[in-house]
Amino acid sequence: MAVLMDEQNELIVRHPLRERVVHWSVAILFFLAGLSGLALFTPHLFFLSTLFGGGPWTRILHPWLGLAMFALFAALAALEWRHNYLTPDDRQWLRQPGDSFSGRERRLPEAGRYNAGQKVLFWVMVACMALLLLSGPAIWYQYFAWGLPVWLRRLAAAVHAIAAFVLIEGIIVHIYASVWVRGSIRGMMRGVVPSTWARYHHPAWYREMTRQ
Amino acid sequence: MALQSLDIVRRSATTLPPPQIRETPEVAKLIDISKCIGCKACQAACMEWNDLRDEIGANFGSYQNPPDLSAESWTLMRFNEVEVDGRLEWLIRKDGCMHCAEPGCLEACPSPGAIVKYANGIVDFVEENCIGCGYCETGCPFNIPRISRRDHKAYKCTLCSDRVTVGLEPACIKACPTQALVFGTKEMMKLHAEDRITDLKQRGFKNAGLYDPAGVGGTHVMYVLPHADRPEIYSGLPKNPRISPMVSLWKGIAKPLALAMFGLSFLLGFFHYMAVGPNEVRERGESSERN
Repeated sequence: MAVLMDEQNELIVRHPLRERVVHWSVAILFFLAGLSGLALFTPHLFFLSTLFGGGPWTRILHPWLGLAMFALFAALAALEWRHNYLTPDDRQWLRQPGDSFSGRERRLPEAGRYNAGQKVLFWVMVACMALLLLSGPAIWYQYFAWGLPVWLRRLAAAVHAIAAFVLIEGIIVHIYASVWVRGSIRGMMRGVVPSTWARYHHPAWYREMTRQ
Repeated sequence: MALQSLDIVRRSATTLPPPQIRETPEVAKLIDISKCIGCKACQAACMEWNDLRDEIGANFGSYQNPPDLSAESWTLMRFNEVEVDGRLEWLIRKDGCMHCAEPGCLEACPSPGAIVKYANGIVDFVEENCIGCGYCETGCPFNIPRISRRDHKAYKCTLCSDRVTVGLEPACIKACPTQALVFGTKEMMKLHAEDRITDLKQRGFKNAGLYDPAGVGGTHVMYVLPHADRPEIYSGLPKNPRISPMVSLWKGIAKPLALAMFGLSFLLGFFHYMAVGPNEVRERGESSERN
Protein backbone atom coordinates (compact mmCIF):
# COMPACT_ATOMS: atom_id res chain seq x y z
CA MET A 1 0.00 0.00 0.00
CA ALA A 2 1.12 3.50 -0.69
CA VAL A 3 3.03 5.50 1.88
CA LEU A 4 2.46 9.21 1.42
CA MET A 5 4.25 12.10 3.06
CA ASP A 6 2.89 15.30 4.50
CA GLU A 7 4.98 18.01 6.09
CA GLN A 8 5.24 16.67 9.61
CA ASN A 9 4.57 13.01 9.38
CA GLU A 10 4.31 10.31 6.79
CA LEU A 11 0.75 9.18 6.14
CA ILE A 12 -0.33 5.61 5.61
CA VAL A 13 -3.42 4.68 3.65
CA ARG A 14 -5.67 2.77 6.05
CA HIS A 15 -9.01 2.77 4.26
CA PRO A 16 -9.03 3.09 0.47
CA LEU A 17 -11.89 5.05 -1.12
CA ARG A 18 -13.99 1.99 -1.92
CA GLU A 19 -13.95 0.91 1.71
CA ARG A 20 -14.81 4.39 2.97
CA VAL A 21 -17.74 4.77 0.57
CA VAL A 22 -19.17 1.43 1.66
CA HIS A 23 -18.56 2.15 5.35
CA TRP A 24 -20.30 5.53 5.30
CA SER A 25 -23.19 4.19 3.23
CA VAL A 26 -23.75 1.52 5.86
CA ALA A 27 -23.49 4.21 8.54
CA ILE A 28 -26.10 6.44 6.90
CA LEU A 29 -28.46 3.52 6.34
CA PHE A 30 -27.90 2.39 9.92
CA PHE A 31 -29.22 5.71 11.12
CA LEU A 32 -32.21 5.64 8.75
CA ALA A 33 -33.15 2.03 9.47
CA GLY A 34 -32.39 2.48 13.16
CA LEU A 35 -34.44 5.63 13.68
CA SER A 36 -37.40 4.25 11.73
CA GLY A 37 -37.15 0.98 13.65
CA LEU A 38 -37.00 2.73 17.02
CA ALA A 39 -40.16 4.65 16.08
CA LEU A 40 -41.97 1.32 15.73
CA PHE A 41 -40.31 -0.13 18.82
CA THR A 42 -41.32 2.18 21.63
CA PRO A 43 -44.03 4.83 22.04
CA HIS A 44 -41.48 7.21 23.56
CA LEU A 45 -39.74 7.35 20.19
CA PHE A 46 -42.79 7.18 17.91
CA PHE A 47 -42.22 10.87 17.14
CA LEU A 48 -39.25 9.75 15.02
CA SER A 49 -41.80 8.51 12.47
CA THR A 50 -42.30 12.20 11.57
CA LEU A 51 -38.83 12.14 10.00
CA PHE A 52 -40.02 9.51 7.56
CA GLY A 53 -43.35 11.10 6.64
CA GLY A 54 -45.58 9.65 9.37
CA GLY A 55 -46.46 6.24 10.75
CA PRO A 56 -47.56 4.43 7.58
CA TRP A 57 -44.56 5.75 5.61
CA THR A 58 -42.23 4.62 8.40
CA ARG A 59 -43.80 1.17 8.21
CA ILE A 60 -43.39 1.14 4.42
CA LEU A 61 -39.80 2.45 4.36
CA HIS A 62 -38.22 0.64 7.30
CA PRO A 63 -37.87 -2.81 5.69
CA TRP A 64 -36.37 -1.36 2.50
CA LEU A 65 -33.90 0.74 4.50
CA GLY A 66 -33.01 -2.38 6.45
CA LEU A 67 -32.49 -4.42 3.31
CA ALA A 68 -30.28 -1.73 1.80
CA MET A 69 -28.28 -1.57 5.02
CA PHE A 70 -27.87 -5.34 4.98
CA ALA A 71 -26.74 -5.41 1.34
CA LEU A 72 -24.10 -2.73 1.93
CA PHE A 73 -23.04 -4.30 5.20
CA ALA A 74 -22.52 -7.57 3.34
CA ALA A 75 -20.18 -5.72 0.98
CA LEU A 76 -18.34 -4.15 3.91
CA ALA A 77 -18.09 -7.49 5.71
CA ALA A 78 -16.67 -9.09 2.56
CA LEU A 79 -13.94 -6.43 2.47
CA GLU A 80 -13.10 -6.76 6.18
CA TRP A 81 -13.76 -10.45 6.79
CA ARG A 82 -10.20 -11.76 6.56
CA HIS A 83 -8.82 -8.93 8.73
CA ASN A 84 -11.01 -10.01 11.62
CA TYR A 85 -9.90 -13.54 12.41
CA LEU A 86 -9.04 -13.75 16.11
CA THR A 87 -5.45 -14.73 16.92
CA PRO A 88 -3.96 -16.05 20.20
CA ASP A 89 -2.61 -12.52 20.80
CA ASP A 90 -6.16 -11.20 20.46
CA ARG A 91 -7.38 -13.61 23.12
CA GLN A 92 -4.71 -12.26 25.48
CA TRP A 93 -5.74 -8.71 24.51
CA LEU A 94 -9.30 -9.50 25.58
CA ARG A 95 -8.07 -10.77 28.96
CA GLN A 96 -6.73 -7.30 29.81
CA PRO A 97 -9.84 -5.10 29.79
CA GLY A 98 -8.31 -2.78 32.37
CA ASP A 99 -5.50 -1.88 30.01
CA SER A 100 -7.66 -1.51 26.91
CA PHE A 101 -10.32 0.61 28.64
CA SER A 102 -7.76 2.94 30.18
CA GLY A 103 -5.82 3.25 26.92
CA ARG A 104 -2.58 1.70 28.18
CA GLU A 105 -1.99 0.19 24.78
CA ARG A 106 1.67 -0.60 25.20
CA ARG A 107 0.81 -3.13 27.89
CA LEU A 108 -1.44 -4.96 25.47
CA PRO A 109 -0.33 -7.55 22.90
CA GLU A 110 0.44 -5.81 19.62
CA ALA A 111 -2.66 -5.19 17.53
CA GLY A 112 -2.80 -5.92 13.81
CA ARG A 113 -4.93 -4.02 11.34
CA TYR A 114 -7.73 -4.28 13.88
CA ASN A 115 -7.41 -4.86 17.60
CA ALA A 116 -9.30 -7.64 19.36
CA GLY A 117 -12.07 -5.30 20.52
CA GLN A 118 -12.72 -4.17 16.98
CA LYS A 119 -12.73 -7.77 15.81
CA VAL A 120 -15.24 -8.88 18.44
CA LEU A 121 -17.44 -5.95 17.52
CA PHE A 122 -17.20 -6.96 13.85
CA TRP A 123 -18.45 -10.48 14.56
CA VAL A 124 -21.22 -9.20 16.85
CA MET A 125 -22.34 -6.92 14.00
CA VAL A 126 -22.26 -9.83 11.55
CA ALA A 127 -24.41 -11.94 13.89
CA CYS A 128 -26.91 -9.12 14.50
CA MET A 129 -27.23 -8.32 10.82
CA ALA A 130 -27.86 -11.99 10.01
CA LEU A 131 -30.54 -12.24 12.72
CA LEU A 132 -32.19 -9.04 11.52
CA LEU A 133 -32.29 -10.30 7.95
CA LEU A 134 -33.74 -13.65 9.01
CA SER A 135 -36.38 -12.24 11.37
CA GLY A 136 -37.32 -9.14 9.38
CA PRO A 137 -39.26 -10.76 6.53
CA ALA A 138 -41.35 -12.79 9.00
CA ILE A 139 -42.80 -9.52 10.32
CA TRP A 140 -42.79 -7.70 6.97
CA TYR A 141 -46.50 -7.78 6.70
CA GLN A 142 -46.91 -6.44 3.23
CA TYR A 143 -45.02 -9.17 1.41
CA PHE A 144 -43.92 -12.07 3.58
CA ALA A 145 -45.81 -12.42 6.84
CA TRP A 146 -49.05 -13.59 5.17
CA GLY A 147 -49.87 -17.11 6.17
CA LEU A 148 -46.89 -17.57 8.47
CA PRO A 149 -47.81 -19.25 11.75
CA VAL A 150 -48.37 -16.67 14.45
CA TRP A 151 -45.81 -18.21 16.84
CA LEU A 152 -43.13 -17.67 14.23
CA ARG A 153 -44.11 -14.04 13.77
CA ARG A 154 -44.02 -13.51 17.54
CA LEU A 155 -40.60 -15.13 17.78
CA ALA A 156 -39.34 -13.11 14.81
CA ALA A 157 -40.57 -9.86 16.36
CA ALA A 158 -38.75 -10.59 19.62
CA VAL A 159 -35.56 -11.69 17.85
CA HIS A 160 -35.66 -8.63 15.58
CA ALA A 161 -35.96 -6.29 18.56
CA ILE A 162 -33.17 -7.98 20.54
CA ALA A 163 -30.78 -8.12 17.57
CA ALA A 164 -31.45 -4.47 16.80
CA PHE A 165 -30.83 -3.54 20.43
CA VAL A 166 -27.46 -5.32 20.45
CA LEU A 167 -26.57 -3.75 17.10
CA ILE A 168 -27.35 -0.24 18.33
CA GLU A 169 -25.39 -0.79 21.55
CA GLY A 170 -22.48 -2.05 19.44
CA ILE A 171 -22.61 1.04 17.25
CA ILE A 172 -22.72 3.31 20.32
CA VAL A 173 -19.49 1.64 21.45
CA HIS A 174 -18.06 1.91 17.91
CA ILE A 175 -18.82 5.63 17.62
CA TYR A 176 -17.53 6.37 21.11
CA ALA A 177 -14.30 4.50 20.40
CA SER A 178 -13.79 6.50 17.22
CA VAL A 179 -14.12 9.73 19.17
CA TRP A 180 -11.96 8.46 22.03
CA VAL A 181 -9.12 7.16 19.86
CA ARG A 182 -7.95 10.39 18.25
CA GLY A 183 -7.18 10.10 14.56
CA SER A 184 -9.62 7.27 13.80
CA ILE A 185 -12.28 9.51 12.28
CA ARG A 186 -9.74 11.03 9.91
CA GLY A 187 -8.67 7.50 9.02
CA MET A 188 -12.18 6.59 7.95
CA MET A 189 -13.11 9.98 6.48
CA ARG A 190 -9.96 10.84 4.50
CA GLY A 191 -8.52 7.33 4.46
CA VAL A 192 -5.09 8.08 5.89
CA VAL A 193 -3.44 7.88 9.30
CA PRO A 194 -0.07 9.24 10.47
CA SER A 195 2.60 6.58 10.79
CA THR A 196 3.03 7.43 14.48
CA TRP A 197 -0.66 6.65 14.94
CA ALA A 198 -0.32 3.33 13.16
CA ARG A 199 2.81 2.42 15.15
CA TYR A 200 1.11 3.25 18.43
CA HIS A 201 -2.36 1.75 17.94
CA HIS A 202 -1.70 -1.02 15.44
CA PRO A 203 2.03 -1.88 15.63
CA ALA A 204 1.77 -5.27 13.91
CA TRP A 205 -0.15 -3.73 11.04
CA TYR A 206 2.37 -0.85 10.84
CA ARG A 207 5.26 -3.28 10.44
CA GLU A 208 3.36 -5.18 7.79
CA MET A 209 2.70 -1.93 5.88
CA THR A 210 6.26 -0.68 6.04
CA ARG A 211 8.02 -3.98 5.39
CA GLN A 212 7.32 -3.82 1.66
CA MET B 1 -64.41 5.05 15.60
CA ALA B 2 -63.31 7.16 18.52
CA LEU B 3 -65.93 8.18 21.01
CA GLN B 4 -65.53 10.89 23.63
CA SER B 5 -62.05 10.90 25.09
CA LEU B 6 -63.42 10.51 28.60
CA ASP B 7 -64.66 7.04 27.73
CA ILE B 8 -61.24 5.73 26.75
CA VAL B 9 -59.37 3.86 29.49
CA ARG B 10 -56.45 2.50 27.48
CA ARG B 11 -54.79 3.73 24.33
CA SER B 12 -52.14 1.90 22.29
CA ALA B 13 -48.51 3.12 22.39
CA THR B 14 -49.40 5.55 25.15
CA THR B 15 -47.52 5.20 28.41
CA LEU B 16 -49.71 7.21 30.74
CA PRO B 17 -53.42 6.61 31.31
CA PRO B 18 -55.92 8.80 29.42
CA PRO B 19 -58.68 10.64 31.31
CA GLN B 20 -60.94 8.08 32.92
CA ILE B 21 -62.84 9.48 35.86
CA ARG B 22 -66.26 8.60 34.52
CA GLU B 23 -67.69 5.31 35.72
CA THR B 24 -69.25 3.28 32.95
CA PRO B 25 -70.68 -0.20 33.49
CA GLU B 26 -68.86 -2.89 31.53
CA VAL B 27 -70.85 -4.45 28.75
CA ALA B 28 -70.63 -7.95 27.32
CA LYS B 29 -71.99 -10.08 24.54
CA LEU B 30 -72.96 -13.57 25.60
CA ILE B 31 -72.94 -16.27 22.94
CA ASP B 32 -74.90 -19.34 24.02
CA ILE B 33 -73.57 -22.09 21.81
CA SER B 34 -76.31 -24.47 22.89
CA LYS B 35 -78.95 -22.19 21.40
CA CYS B 36 -77.19 -21.34 18.15
CA ILE B 37 -78.72 -22.88 15.01
CA GLY B 38 -76.00 -21.63 12.63
CA CYS B 39 -78.35 -19.46 10.55
CA LYS B 40 -75.68 -16.76 10.05
CA ALA B 41 -78.19 -13.95 10.55
CA CYS B 42 -75.50 -12.36 12.76
CA GLN B 43 -73.00 -12.53 9.92
CA ALA B 44 -75.46 -10.91 7.54
CA ALA B 45 -76.40 -8.22 10.07
CA CYS B 46 -72.72 -7.45 10.68
CA MET B 47 -72.11 -6.99 6.96
CA GLU B 48 -75.17 -4.83 6.61
CA TRP B 49 -74.66 -2.55 9.59
CA ASN B 50 -70.95 -2.06 8.87
CA ASP B 51 -71.39 -1.84 5.08
CA LEU B 52 -68.97 -4.65 4.35
CA ARG B 53 -68.97 -7.03 1.41
CA ASP B 54 -66.39 -9.80 1.44
CA GLU B 55 -65.23 -11.47 -1.73
CA ILE B 56 -67.49 -14.32 -2.85
CA GLY B 57 -65.33 -17.37 -2.29
CA ALA B 58 -65.58 -21.05 -3.19
CA ASN B 59 -67.35 -23.82 -1.32
CA PHE B 60 -64.81 -25.90 0.56
CA GLY B 61 -67.18 -28.59 1.79
CA SER B 62 -68.52 -26.84 4.87
CA TYR B 63 -71.35 -24.53 5.78
CA GLN B 64 -68.62 -22.19 6.95
CA ASN B 65 -68.54 -19.29 4.55
CA PRO B 66 -66.30 -17.35 4.07
CA PRO B 67 -63.59 -19.82 5.10
CA ASP B 68 -61.96 -17.41 7.55
CA LEU B 69 -62.29 -14.01 9.16
CA SER B 70 -61.06 -11.19 6.95
CA ALA B 71 -60.83 -7.42 6.86
CA GLU B 72 -64.40 -7.49 5.47
CA SER B 73 -65.79 -10.33 7.61
CA TRP B 74 -65.66 -9.37 11.26
CA THR B 75 -67.70 -12.28 12.50
CA LEU B 76 -67.88 -15.83 11.22
CA MET B 77 -69.84 -18.95 12.10
CA ARG B 78 -67.30 -21.72 12.43
CA PHE B 79 -68.68 -25.22 11.88
CA ASN B 80 -67.04 -28.45 12.92
CA GLU B 81 -67.96 -32.00 13.74
CA VAL B 82 -66.56 -33.71 16.81
CA GLU B 83 -67.19 -36.97 18.61
CA VAL B 84 -67.92 -36.33 22.27
CA ASP B 85 -68.48 -39.35 24.56
CA GLY B 86 -69.18 -41.55 21.55
CA ARG B 87 -71.76 -39.14 20.08
CA LEU B 88 -71.31 -37.01 17.02
CA GLU B 89 -71.78 -33.34 17.73
CA TRP B 90 -72.08 -30.63 15.14
CA LEU B 91 -70.53 -27.61 16.80
CA ILE B 92 -71.12 -24.08 15.62
CA ARG B 93 -69.26 -21.17 17.11
CA LYS B 94 -69.66 -17.51 16.24
CA ASP B 95 -66.06 -16.29 16.04
CA GLY B 96 -64.92 -12.70 16.27
CA CYS B 97 -63.15 -10.28 18.57
CA MET B 98 -63.39 -11.26 22.24
CA HIS B 99 -62.80 -7.69 23.50
CA CYS B 100 -60.29 -8.79 26.13
CA ALA B 101 -59.84 -6.82 29.33
CA GLU B 102 -56.10 -7.09 28.63
CA PRO B 103 -55.95 -6.89 24.84
CA GLY B 104 -52.86 -8.40 23.20
CA CYS B 105 -53.48 -6.31 20.06
CA LEU B 106 -53.34 -3.08 22.07
CA GLU B 107 -50.21 -4.24 23.89
CA ALA B 108 -48.42 -4.90 20.59
CA CYS B 109 -49.61 -1.82 18.65
CA PRO B 110 -46.82 0.75 18.06
CA SER B 111 -49.04 3.59 16.85
CA PRO B 112 -50.47 5.95 19.49
CA GLY B 113 -54.25 5.74 19.59
CA ALA B 114 -54.68 3.19 16.80
CA ILE B 115 -56.25 0.80 19.31
CA VAL B 116 -58.32 2.00 22.23
CA LYS B 117 -60.21 0.35 25.04
CA TYR B 118 -63.33 2.09 26.20
CA ALA B 119 -64.45 2.20 29.80
CA ASN B 120 -67.33 -0.12 28.90
CA GLY B 121 -64.80 -2.78 27.86
CA ILE B 122 -65.04 -2.52 24.08
CA VAL B 123 -61.70 -2.69 22.26
CA ASP B 124 -61.79 -0.63 19.10
CA PHE B 125 -59.45 -0.02 16.17
CA VAL B 126 -59.12 3.61 15.07
CA GLU B 127 -58.16 3.15 11.44
CA GLU B 128 -57.04 6.78 10.96
CA ASN B 129 -54.17 6.10 13.35
CA CYS B 130 -53.40 2.59 12.06
CA ILE B 131 -50.06 2.30 10.25
CA GLY B 132 -50.69 -1.21 8.91
CA CYS B 133 -47.73 -2.94 10.54
CA GLY B 134 -49.66 -6.09 11.50
CA TYR B 135 -48.36 -6.19 15.08
CA CYS B 136 -51.96 -6.50 16.37
CA GLU B 137 -52.25 -9.83 14.57
CA THR B 138 -49.06 -10.92 16.29
CA GLY B 139 -50.34 -9.80 19.68
CA CYS B 140 -53.86 -11.28 19.57
CA PRO B 141 -54.23 -14.59 21.45
CA PHE B 142 -57.41 -15.38 19.46
CA ASN B 143 -56.16 -14.76 15.89
CA ILE B 144 -58.80 -12.12 15.15
CA PRO B 145 -57.48 -8.88 13.57
CA ARG B 146 -56.91 -8.79 9.83
CA ILE B 147 -54.98 -6.27 7.77
CA SER B 148 -56.79 -5.30 4.60
CA ARG B 149 -54.73 -5.86 1.47
CA ARG B 150 -56.64 -3.01 -0.09
CA ASP B 151 -55.84 -0.18 2.31
CA HIS B 152 -53.29 -1.76 4.73
CA LYS B 153 -55.38 -0.99 7.79
CA ALA B 154 -56.37 -3.41 10.53
CA TYR B 155 -60.01 -4.40 11.00
CA LYS B 156 -62.06 -6.47 13.41
CA CYS B 157 -65.40 -6.52 15.23
CA THR B 158 -66.09 -3.20 16.95
CA LEU B 159 -68.85 -4.72 19.12
CA CYS B 160 -70.83 -2.06 17.24
CA SER B 161 -69.29 0.64 19.45
CA ASP B 162 -71.16 3.18 17.32
CA ARG B 163 -74.48 1.56 18.24
CA VAL B 164 -73.62 0.81 21.85
CA THR B 165 -72.63 4.40 22.55
CA VAL B 166 -76.14 5.57 21.64
CA GLY B 167 -77.81 2.85 23.66
CA LEU B 168 -78.45 0.27 20.95
CA GLU B 169 -77.40 -3.36 21.03
CA PRO B 170 -74.86 -4.64 18.47
CA ALA B 171 -76.29 -5.54 15.05
CA CYS B 172 -75.62 -9.28 15.46
CA ILE B 173 -77.61 -9.37 18.70
CA LYS B 174 -80.53 -7.65 17.04
CA ALA B 175 -80.57 -10.20 14.24
CA CYS B 176 -80.28 -13.41 16.27
CA PRO B 177 -83.61 -15.33 15.97
CA THR B 178 -83.00 -17.76 18.86
CA GLN B 179 -81.52 -15.40 21.44
CA ALA B 180 -78.32 -17.36 21.37
CA LEU B 181 -76.79 -13.89 21.34
CA VAL B 182 -77.61 -11.55 24.18
CA PHE B 183 -76.10 -8.25 25.20
CA GLY B 184 -76.05 -6.22 28.39
CA THR B 185 -73.84 -5.34 31.31
CA LYS B 186 -71.17 -7.91 31.96
CA GLU B 187 -72.65 -8.57 35.39
CA MET B 188 -76.09 -9.27 33.94
CA MET B 189 -74.62 -11.49 31.26
CA LYS B 190 -72.83 -13.56 33.86
CA LEU B 191 -76.09 -14.01 35.79
CA HIS B 192 -77.88 -14.96 32.60
CA ALA B 193 -75.12 -17.45 31.78
CA GLU B 194 -75.48 -19.04 35.22
CA ASP B 195 -79.14 -19.83 34.51
CA ARG B 196 -78.25 -21.26 31.14
CA ILE B 197 -75.50 -23.42 32.62
CA THR B 198 -77.81 -24.77 35.33
CA ASP B 199 -80.30 -25.65 32.63
CA LEU B 200 -77.65 -27.36 30.50
CA LYS B 201 -76.36 -29.35 33.44
CA GLN B 202 -79.89 -30.58 34.17
CA ARG B 203 -80.08 -31.72 30.58
CA GLY B 204 -76.96 -33.85 30.94
CA PHE B 205 -74.15 -31.49 29.87
CA LYS B 206 -72.27 -31.95 33.10
CA ASN B 207 -69.28 -29.90 31.96
CA ALA B 208 -71.29 -26.92 30.77
CA GLY B 209 -69.72 -23.64 31.75
CA LEU B 210 -68.93 -20.02 31.00
CA TYR B 211 -65.95 -19.04 28.86
CA ASP B 212 -64.56 -15.79 30.27
CA PRO B 213 -60.83 -16.59 30.27
CA ALA B 214 -58.87 -15.12 33.17
CA GLY B 215 -55.56 -15.22 31.26
CA VAL B 216 -56.59 -12.09 29.34
CA GLY B 217 -58.33 -10.52 32.34
CA GLY B 218 -61.73 -11.80 31.21
CA THR B 219 -63.45 -10.92 27.94
CA HIS B 220 -66.38 -8.78 26.89
CA VAL B 221 -67.58 -11.48 24.55
CA MET B 222 -68.32 -14.64 26.51
CA TYR B 223 -69.51 -18.08 25.52
CA VAL B 224 -71.79 -20.55 27.24
CA LEU B 225 -70.14 -23.81 26.26
CA PRO B 226 -71.89 -27.18 26.73
CA HIS B 227 -68.39 -28.71 26.98
CA ALA B 228 -66.53 -25.99 28.82
CA ASP B 229 -63.82 -28.44 29.92
CA ARG B 230 -62.69 -28.72 26.29
CA PRO B 231 -63.07 -25.30 24.61
CA GLU B 232 -60.62 -26.36 21.90
CA ILE B 233 -63.21 -28.64 20.28
CA TYR B 234 -65.14 -25.52 19.28
CA SER B 235 -63.00 -24.82 16.21
CA GLY B 236 -59.87 -24.27 18.29
CA LEU B 237 -61.10 -21.89 20.98
CA PRO B 238 -57.95 -21.59 23.14
CA LYS B 239 -58.15 -23.23 26.56
CA ASN B 240 -55.96 -20.76 28.44
CA PRO B 241 -55.53 -17.74 26.18
CA ARG B 242 -53.00 -15.18 27.30
CA ILE B 243 -50.66 -12.67 25.73
CA SER B 244 -47.70 -14.67 24.41
CA PRO B 245 -44.51 -14.32 26.50
CA MET B 246 -42.76 -13.38 23.24
CA VAL B 247 -45.10 -10.40 22.85
CA SER B 248 -44.73 -9.44 26.53
CA LEU B 249 -40.96 -9.52 26.14
CA TRP B 250 -40.95 -7.57 22.90
CA LYS B 251 -43.59 -4.98 23.74
CA GLY B 252 -43.36 -5.08 27.54
CA ILE B 253 -40.10 -5.15 29.43
CA ALA B 254 -37.87 -4.69 26.35
CA LYS B 255 -39.09 -1.14 25.71
CA PRO B 256 -38.08 0.59 28.96
CA LEU B 257 -35.07 -1.68 29.40
CA ALA B 258 -33.64 -0.87 25.97
CA LEU B 259 -34.16 2.87 26.44
CA ALA B 260 -32.50 2.74 29.87
CA MET B 261 -29.54 0.81 28.46
CA PHE B 262 -29.07 3.28 25.59
CA GLY B 263 -29.11 6.15 28.07
CA LEU B 264 -26.71 4.35 30.35
CA SER B 265 -24.31 3.71 27.46
CA PHE B 266 -24.17 7.42 26.64
CA LEU B 267 -23.51 8.24 30.30
CA LEU B 268 -20.79 5.62 30.54
CA GLY B 269 -19.12 7.03 27.44
CA PHE B 270 -19.28 10.54 28.82
CA PHE B 271 -17.77 9.62 32.18
CA HIS B 272 -15.17 7.37 30.60
CA TYR B 273 -13.98 10.27 28.48
CA MET B 274 -14.00 12.54 31.52
CA ALA B 275 -11.91 10.07 33.55
CA VAL B 276 -9.53 8.70 30.92
CA GLY B 277 -9.38 11.51 28.41
CA PRO B 278 -8.68 11.14 24.71
CA ASN B 279 -6.58 8.20 23.64
CA GLU B 280 -3.79 10.00 21.85
CA VAL B 281 -0.54 8.72 20.44
CA ARG B 282 1.98 8.76 23.26
CA GLU B 283 5.65 9.21 22.68
CA ARG B 284 8.09 6.75 24.18
CA GLY B 285 9.10 7.49 27.75
CA GLU B 286 5.63 8.46 28.97
CA SER B 287 4.23 6.84 32.06
CA SER B 288 1.74 4.60 30.28
CA GLU B 289 4.46 2.77 28.42
CA ARG B 290 5.01 -0.92 28.70
CA ASN B 291 7.60 -1.73 31.37
